[in-house]
Amino acid sequence: MTSVLTKKNLLILGCILLTFVLVQVLMSVGFITSFHEITLATICINIILAVSLNLVTGFTGQFSLGHAGFMSIGAYVCALIVMRFDSVAGFLVGILAAALAATIVGILIGIPTLRLKGDYLAIATLGMAEIIRVVFLNLEITNGAAGLSGIPRYTNWFWMYLFVVLTIVLINNFIRSSHGRACISIREDEIAAESMGINTTKFKVMAFAIGSFFAGIAGALYASYFYFIKPNTFGFLKSIDILVIVVLGGMGSITGSIIAAVLLALVSTFLQSFTAVRMIFYALVLVIIMIFRPQGLLGTKEITDLFKFRRKNERIE
Amino acid sequence: MLEIKNLNVYYGVIHALKDISLTVNEGEIVTLIGANGAGKTTTLRTISGLNKTTGGEILLEGKAITYLSAPERVKLGISQVPEGRRIFPEMTVFENLELGAYLRKDKNNIKKDLENVYQRFPILAERRRQTAGTLSGGEQQMLVMGRALMSRPRILLLDEPSMGLAPLLVREIFSIIKDINEAGTTILLVEQNASMALSIAHRAYVLETGSIVMSGTGEELARSNEIQKAYLGGE
Repeated sequence: MTSVLTKKNLLILGCILLTFVLVQVLMSVGFITSFHEITLATICINIILAVSLNLVTGFTGQFSLGHAGFMSIGAYVCALIVMRFDSVAGFLVGILAAALAATIVGILIGIPTLRLKGDYLAIATLGMAEIIRVVFLNLEITNGAAGLSGIPRYTNWFWMYLFVVLTIVLINNFIRSSHGRACISIREDEIAAESMGINTTKFKVMAFAIGSFFAGIAGALYASYFYFIKPNTFGFLKSIDILVIVVLGGMGSITGSIIAAVLLALVSTFLQSFTAVRMIFYALVLVIIMIFRPQGLLGTKEITDLFKFRRKNERIE
Repeated sequence: MLEIKNLNVYYGVIHALKDISLTVNEGEIVTLIGANGAGKTTTLRTISGLNKTTGGEILLEGKAITYLSAPERVKLGISQVPEGRRIFPEMTVFENLELGAYLRKDKNNIKKDLENVYQRFPILAERRRQTAGTLSGGEQQMLVMGRALMSRPRILLLDEPSMGLAPLLVREIFSIIKDINEAGTTILLVEQNASMALSIAHRAYVLETGSIVMSGTGEELARSNEIQKAYLGGE
């Protein structure tokens, strides 16, 4: 029970390594071309963004429209650091600084706004993300509307995959912890959670801070992969894109977010050859899924629930 | 055990509670009856820390808890069952109960209390793996009471446990409340169903537009003419 090396965990570790090696091999034999690699990067970054937003919106029930704002903080912080210290060490320091900067801003924004509920919170977070964007637009160090270009590229498959796995494992463990349970209870019924003695403000801010942390990492990976960032990359539409993945996959399902991120990236890549009707098809896919699966692809279930190793309820009983 | 002195609460400019004073002694069932908007729920929420006090004092065993946070009050043994059966619908019955013991660290006792709750409400044991949202109204009411008991409260605040339940179930819920009390938990009960509440209460207070207008033993009030006219449908 106490050992981490259970059969289940070893199996998961095996799958994680296998996926990594498989993609690596496919890349070196040229089956995954550099064109495909862009899709791969988009998928990885979107998974980190969607899973972290899912913690805030899907699990804790706090409707946030500002995720791209935290992503942009990560992107700029990492870009500025890695442009000055052009090395892998600089890149890693950049990612760490990006995550921390996003977390700090997340806490500062979270404390006043998380008193609000539902639509009001959505509007407030939207406003905050816009403020972040406008600040980057007007700062000298971020080069205003022109943005930063020539950011050294250190993000590769290895780093992206590593951070995707870290994000999923850490957020998953958080949700299964008693803190995570407290967050879910806030989504389920805030008044009941409060009367159980759960400090709802604390856990809302905590979820928000963790979500911002990983959004910062995603931004950092983005900056160092695409060479170029500008404030408008991280506008309102980017936040909506992330939210779409979360809603589509299922609010409260980590594997749902992963599947949706992969699916949407594939659909969008596939439709690239039909430029004229691309957005129409993309929107149609969304509408159709929402009509037939309004709770999202997986609802609040995880794909792993299909083949459960051990019923979680048997812990105490 | 619980003493409230000259409590005042405002919602914005509305003076919701005006100088309320009441006492709940150890081992009692005390009920607070009154019409809609009289301030019953406000009183409970203020005791459990969900509402802010503007003036007055709340004492738990002589110690002021007026400005403690809600979690700190739960730790001291005040547990509230909020109005309207507020379960966690997507969680299982078991997970709901587990969250009731959220602030407790004594794992062995939690296990024991879980057994006790299952014994008191056998239907919950039967449905422990079902999501709580699929329970019937009466079962949900049992679940929220069981969940509140999981925090090992010394005083249980019940807000309208009979709301929206069939008469037969109401009777069952009230007999459970009596059982819980006899097992040693002090109870402060807020009810619109005045006759039921008065029939099990040791003492009662009547609230009218934010003030206490009458108090006495459950029997006394049940026999009083004014109460009969206003709340019990008597002539």
